[in-house]
Amino acid sequence: MIAEAGHYALVLALVLALIQSVVPVIGARLRDPALMNVARSTALTQFAFTAVSFTALTWLHVTSDFSVTNVFENSHSLKPMIYKLTGVWGNHEGSMLLWVLILALFGALVAAFGNNLPRSLRAHVLAVQAWVGTAFYLFILATSNPFARIANPPMEGRDLNPILQDIGLAIHPPMLYLGYVGFSISFSFAVAALLEGRIDAAWARWVRPWTLTAWIFLTLGIAMGSYWAYYELGWGGWWFWDPVENASLMPWLAGTALLHSAVVMEKRDALKVWTVLLAILTFSLSLLGTFLVRSGVLTSVHTFASDPSRGVFILMILCLFIGGSLSLYAWRATTLKQGGLFAPISREGALVLNNLLLTTACATVFVGTLYPLALEVLTGDKISVGAPFFNLTFAPLFLPLMIAVPFGPLLAWKRGDIVGASQRLTAAGIVALVTMAVLWAWTKGGGAFAPLMIGIAVFVVIGAMTDIVERTQLFRAPLTTSLHRARGLPRSTWGSAFAHAGLGIALIGIVCETTWNSESIASMNPKDVVTVGGYQVRLDDVTQQQGPNYREAISHFTVMLDGKTIGILSPSKRDFATRNMSTTEAALLTRGASQVYISLGDAHADGSIAVRIYHKPMVLLIWFGPVLMAFGGLLSLTDRRLRVGAPKPAKAGKKAGALQAAE
Amino acid sequence: MTRKQRRLTLIGGSLAVLAVAAALVLNALRDSILFFSTPTMAAEKHIQPGQRFRLGGMVREGSLVRGEQLKVKFDVTDGNSTLPVTYQGILPDLFREGQGIVSEGALDAQGVFKADTVLAKHDENYMPKNVAEELKKTGHWKDDYDRKPQKAPSVQGAAK
Repeated sequence: MIAEAGHYALVLALVLALIQSVVPVIGARLRDPALMNVARSTALTQFAFTAVSFTALTWLHVTSDFSVTNVFENSHSLKPMIYKLTGVWGNHEGSMLLWVLILALFGALVAAFGNNLPRSLRAHVLAVQAWVGTAFYLFILATSNPFARIANPPMEGRDLNPILQDIGLAIHPPMLYLGYVGFSISFSFAVAALLEGRIDAAWARWVRPWTLTAWIFLTLGIAMGSYWAYYELGWGGWWFWDPVENASLMPWLAGTALLHSAVVMEKRDALKVWTVLLAILTFSLSLLGTFLVRSGVLTSVHTFASDPSRGVFILMILCLFIGGSLSLYAWRATTLKQGGLFAPISREGALVLNNLLLTTACATVFVGTLYPLALEVLTGDKISVGAPFFNLTFAPLFLPLMIAVPFGPLLAWKRGDIVGASQRLTAAGIVALVTMAVLWAWTKGGGAFAPLMIGIAVFVVIGAMTDIVERTQLFRAPLTTSLHRARGLPRSTWGSAFAHAGLGIALIGIVCETTWNSESIASMNPKDVVTVGGYQVRLDDVTQQQGPNYREAISHFTVMLDGKTIGILSPSKRDFATRNMSTTEAALLTRGASQVYISLGDAHADGSIAVRIYHKPMVLLIWFGPVLMAFGGLLSLTDRRLRVGAPKPAKAGKKAGALQAAE
Repeated sequence: MTRKQRRLTLIGGSLAVLAVAAALVLNALRDSILFFSTPTMAAEKHIQPGQRFRLGGMVREGSLVRGEQLKVKFDVTDGNSTLPVTYQGILPDLFREGQGIVSEGALDAQGVFKADTVLAKHDENYMPKNVAEELKKTGHWKDDYDRKPQKAPSVQGAAK
């Protein structure tokens, strides 16, 4: 019954989405407020029905109803409760249901909180949102029904893939989807603007909080996924330039560019046409990511052929939305009026440079991800485009961006003073140079690359703080004045300072980890001692233990520094009988921002065990950076001008512009 | 600055960045176009010691020697020529003699290939078509290679 109810709710959501796709658009054409308002109620009820459907699937997983194919294939009655819950989206069908649930959630949020939007704009936005929704409801119902039953229900399920039985699955996919799907709102706003043929600064002010929200979640989602891969896969790697990772990085790069160009549009009424294009591209890349991950083309193009219906269906959705929106853009973009002028060296100019470098970097990732796929389809050759490719393309484009980051906020709108900005960054530059020299001397000339990179990262961090110091007149005015000024600063200023500093901190972590990472792979017997990165690691014993749905071999290691014990680490290897798979549970010892990482290999016949031990200096900064960026985004989101809401377009918009000019 | 000049600066700047990016991409792709070299190809190309490349072929039967501290030695052959390989570390589960492998590393002064990664076939990086054909030509093709690569448990797909 529950499964059928969930299925039925999903069909009802589809019907509502169909109504929401058509009626508000007709209403906007006829200027009929009643028809336009239909969008609001359908968006809310559509979300309610999708939520019912999702709850039904969760219930089936929790109660281990193995008469449902999805539960049978991905669950086991002995699986811990937390993984029964997270297992709902740890499979293809369930994760697509989560996708549409989040899509419907964003639609409902616009419906609920978009009261200050012009009525026709809201109608159009919700209609576009429903077009996307309709396509994905159809996809789920036609090719990936999570509620399909089995004729003869088996007694026991096949269990969830052991690698997914981790707390990471509870956080990472929902975060990532909130980011991916969140960009659908900026997409809907962009398409609505093109349909209406009208766009102004107020539009940018409505779009910005949604983009920012999606960006915050995507940033956290990617960081969380990276940390999960780091501790779960047992290799100690945190980024593999794997196509699935690139699929999430591309919308992030485009979304970051969008975030910055929307500022120009909001404050200066410029770059309108470009911002609309970026909004379309960002969501298109999210869709592409969904396609790459969900269609199965990534494992190999051959799996695509074995189950063509899903891949072809998503490919159709992809072509329809990307092709459709870009055609609409080509047709209507010229009707959007051009905005204010600015000199190449100005805040706008800096943000254009930011956009240029971010989108180009995104394009290189795009080529590196899709070129091998295209080549395999066309010629059958299989090439591997891995880290070397991205190090040679992505990194050289990102470096100038890093150097430019501190200059941006110091330049004035319209016409900036590059010499003045450089003077104000002198302190940051000196600190960076000193850091480089000290590091270079300390590593005794062990390569100039790492000190150089860390110097640049320090420049970014101090540069980000320089803007705050300048504005609060810290060190020049009395402390109380500075504090008073600091309180008076807009939160978005603090937000961008934190986000930019986060970028630099992440770079420090990346450079330290890749340069000074030390590892030792050894075959160890109990009482053997291995030295890694100054730490002595002793294997004490190996014991067997029974978990809820697995058996595990746990080893105990004592980590010592100069003969003093500083911690006991217990990595293990788990064998899951149901799937005949084993996983490696690495053990981590955190010292400041650095970590000692131990993971187990195979046990040998003579009782020794293969062990990987790493010392990873400053590794935690890699994820602390993105967390700081997300925090900066959150600060910006609480900025007064976004909280209070957008002013009415046209008349009131001008007044706001005048106020900012006076600031 | 007039609107036209401003636009020209913008377009010029964008084109410059795009050109740089295109150059970088083409340069990077040139090196990684080839998935791996067989021992014969490595000999023909006169690869210098220290230059990194991927070596692919079969582990010669009876050549595997395990040493202290996970050190291993084995020969990689493509039927025509053979290269000795040394490696220290944990070998993949599917590594065995007579099996196809791909390894990454460089030659040392004695002409021994020092590998730092070893991938076994039927890992997710399986053999490309042209090498399978090469092996068929030289008569080293085994029937079990014809099996479609097992659909690797789509861990990543499901996880991300």
